[in-house]
Amino acid sequence: MPNQYPLWKYLLIAAVSVTAVVYALPNAYPSDPAVQISDSDGAVNRGVPARLMRLLDESGVPYKAVETEENGNVLVRFHQPEAQLRAVDAIKKELAGRYSVALNLASATPGWLAALNARPMNLGLDLRGGVYFLLSVDVDAALKKTLRAYLDSFRAEFRENKIRYRELSLKGGELLLDFSRETDQEAAAAHLARRYPGELTVVQSESQGRFFLTAALAEEHIKEVVGYAVQQNILTLRKRVDELGVAEPVVTRQGRDRISVQLPGVQDTARAKEILGATATLEFRMVAESENPEKAERTGRIPPGTRLYRQRDGAPVLLKQSVMLTGDRIIDAASGIDGERGGPAVFITLDAKGARTFSRVTGKNVKRMMAVVYIENKVETYLGEDDEIKRRRITIEEVISVAQIQEQLSKRFQITGLDGTQEARRLALLLRAGALAAPLEIVEERTVGPSLGKENIRRGTRSIIFAFLLVVLFMGIYYRVFGLLADLALSLNIVLIIAVVSLIPGATLTLPGIVGIVLTVGMAVDANVLIFERIREELGSGSSAQASIDSGYRQAFSTIADANVTTLIAALVLFAFGTGPIKGFAVTLSVGILCSMFTAIMGTRAVANLIYGRKKTATLAI
Amino acid sequence: MEKRGLAFGVSLALILISVASISLRGLNFGVDFTGGTIIEVGYEEAVDLESVRGRLSAAGLENVSVQHFGSAKDVLIRAALDDGVAQAELSNKVLDGLRKDGDVKLRRVEFVGPRVGEELREDGGLAMLYALIGILLYVAFRFEYRFAFGSVIALVHDVLVTIGFFSVTGIEFDLSVLAAVLAVIGYSLNDTIVVYDRIRENFLKLRKRTGVKVGAVIDSAINKTLARTLVTSVTTMLVLIALFVLGSEVIRGFTVAMMVGIVVGTYSSIYVAGSSLLFLGLSAESMMQVKKEGEEFGRP
Repeated sequence: MPNQYPLWKYLLIAAVSVTAVVYALPNAYPSDPAVQISDSDGAVNRGVPARLMRLLDESGVPYKAVETEENGNVLVRFHQPEAQLRAVDAIKKELAGRYSVALNLASATPGWLAALNARPMNLGLDLRGGVYFLLSVDVDAALKKTLRAYLDSFRAEFRENKIRYRELSLKGGELLLDFSRETDQEAAAAHLARRYPGELTVVQSESQGRFFLTAALAEEHIKEVVGYAVQQNILTLRKRVDELGVAEPVVTRQGRDRISVQLPGVQDTARAKEILGATATLEFRMVAESENPEKAERTGRIPPGTRLYRQRDGAPVLLKQSVMLTGDRIIDAASGIDGERGGPAVFITLDAKGARTFSRVTGKNVKRMMAVVYIENKVETYLGEDDEIKRRRITIEEVISVAQIQEQLSKRFQITGLDGTQEARRLALLLRAGALAAPLEIVEERTVGPSLGKENIRRGTRSIIFAFLLVVLFMGIYYRVFGLLADLALSLNIVLIIAVVSLIPGATLTLPGIVGIVLTVGMAVDANVLIFERIREELGSGSSAQASIDSGYRQAFSTIADANVTTLIAALVLFAFGTGPIKGFAVTLSVGILCSMFTAIMGTRAVANLIYGRKKTATLAI
Repeated sequence: MEKRGLAFGVSLALILISVASISLRGLNFGVDFTGGTIIEVGYEEAVDLESVRGRLSAAGLENVSVQHFGSAKDVLIRAALDDGVAQAELSNKVLDGLRKDGDVKLRRVEFVGPRVGEELREDGGLAMLYALIGILLYVAFRFEYRFAFGSVIALVHDVLVTIGFFSVTGIEFDLSVLAAVLAVIGYSLNDTIVVYDRIRENFLKLRKRTGVKVGAVIDSAINKTLARTLVTSVTTMLVLIALFVLGSEVIRGFTVAMMVGIVVGTYSSIYVAGSSLLFLGLSAESMMQVKKEGEEFGRP
């Protein structure tokens, strides 16, 4: 008998429908903007919730609830993002320093749904508000830094192995090693081959009685260096982003030398940019005490083995070329007050290797002067002579303090000589967040304010509802009962799409994504239209009602398959080539098409079978 | 198929206009493709554009375009890349300058560096190319090579006319519009495939009779599928109207692109797709090969 579905098919459809509804349901409980207070040492003090409630009442900030989570964190929920933003500043001031205060989007999914792993969809930045940056890693700078590190090592190693050299320098992306004697040159080449196999390509040459080695980084090694620089930067950025107090930040690698950073909920983009892009670091160098810096500045002749720097007040100072300690050895930095003189200071903690090096150096140089050099890289654009936009990298290097080493220092010490508490705090923050392995440049930025985000959601949902109503009306009028069947399928379709997007980890709903859903509403009926037109045709050519339904569905199948596959191809291409928001569109479109195939073919057939299956009707309301 | 001549004339005219406009006038590329900065700010009340310009030039920003966006309270500021100002800092400067006027809310910022803009342009072009190739292959596989070419001709026609529309009207062409064009490709192909499927089916039914005119077969296929083609276009248009009226300004370009694309796509599926087959020399013999394909694929 045609038009009879086996029981298992009905059960399957019922099961899918129920599952879809369950997993789409969390979206009816939108997450609350919230502020999360946590303590890295454990649970937050019990008295804090009451304090916060009092604080918020006094400041007139309306809040929804204050809860203590299982892990001891305190969560304050708000109805509006505006309240959240006002509150977070007030809370930060109140609990200053003692706890970690972060912006958060707290899930409001009821317990039973959460137990089934049902969650609401991830909202993209254009719906939530937030900042997206695409940062480009300055590969050249990273490579230069590596080469300089080699130079420093060479100096020490050549000295140890009693290889005499005239000069070691960095020229045009390569290392130029200058020797007076051939024996030294050969010894050096042998040493390099032994010590750094595969990392460098070394070429020997000779000119005017001098012997040279030019060393460049091997291809493989360059890739490693770049990869490492990007990875390190990602870690550093993640730490910095933590400092900003952002919930659910996303920092990932894009391509060879780019990093994408998404900060939902962030409003102060200026501060975010500053913290992300700053490449401040410190270097510790010994002062060349036997030389006269003023003389060097005046005559322009810098004594060998030294470099000329400026101090904050403009006074020149000569520092030795070798770096005693670099910023990446710093694992913690806190701003505070200098115990002895009461001025602002930054307390620094080094890692094991740094502590050993520093201890050795300061031990050997007690009572001598050491300088702290503050280095910051910036990219500046300016107009060149031919009115072309040029970029240049400027490096600020200034000596922020010159002090006498009182005693052998090791893991913890303090540095002073800062401009004020503000600067001390900033420096501590930057040091804590780590030094970047290579400078970063912002090449793309998209920011959406929270008000726009909410408006986008509102308009998006309205469009979906309005579109749905229009189509439902039309289908009902044009195809009558079968039209209503199609409308039923359409509703299930929408619920299915929402459920699937909620379930796929990492899938985000963006504004184009909502558009994709709206589009699916219009296109999903297509499959049904194909079927219904066929049925009408069969009826028109005299087949019975039952036969028409049967052959209508059968014949339309291959057409539906072909037509939808081609739209899927377009959607896949969009997914592959698109960036964030466009990807969202491709995802909802693809999911929508797949779901619509299911509902149109199986779903409506099932209901049609239920209604007309066993009856011997002559006419169909179509 | 009798109206072939007329349809051909119309299509040719549309294509020529589009190509001419694109080459002479070019497209109003959005910031996604040219690079630069867009800043949208919202004021509490309707604001005068002149005063906004004044504030911006006081902040040292001369080469910016300022316009209302959606309502008199919202202002869209555009700054191209060729400024002496550090790009990433631009949005900060703008906000600082405008804040002096009172409470200004930052609604969104989009900054695209020059390299990224170029990449997006390239990627966009490549995406379209890959989509067309993918489709070519799939259709050739499911039908016959003439169908594949026929569908691509119809698609290229659609894409050209849609892009031409943007060129002529000067509406901004940004990333979402490109996404719309790709969606239109998928949608228009949908229509075309439905027609082709019918043509194939008709040939199967009619192959027993001799003296079958290809043109007549194509005609009857198009007529039979006309109802469906129109209905789907209507439902999709309804949806797009909903988006146009209720949707946010940001996706306006996308909505317009899709509406144009669907109208053109429907037209091409009815007139261009079929005629191309005839033009490419489709005959009863070539359909014999297709018959084998059709029979291999089972139906449920």
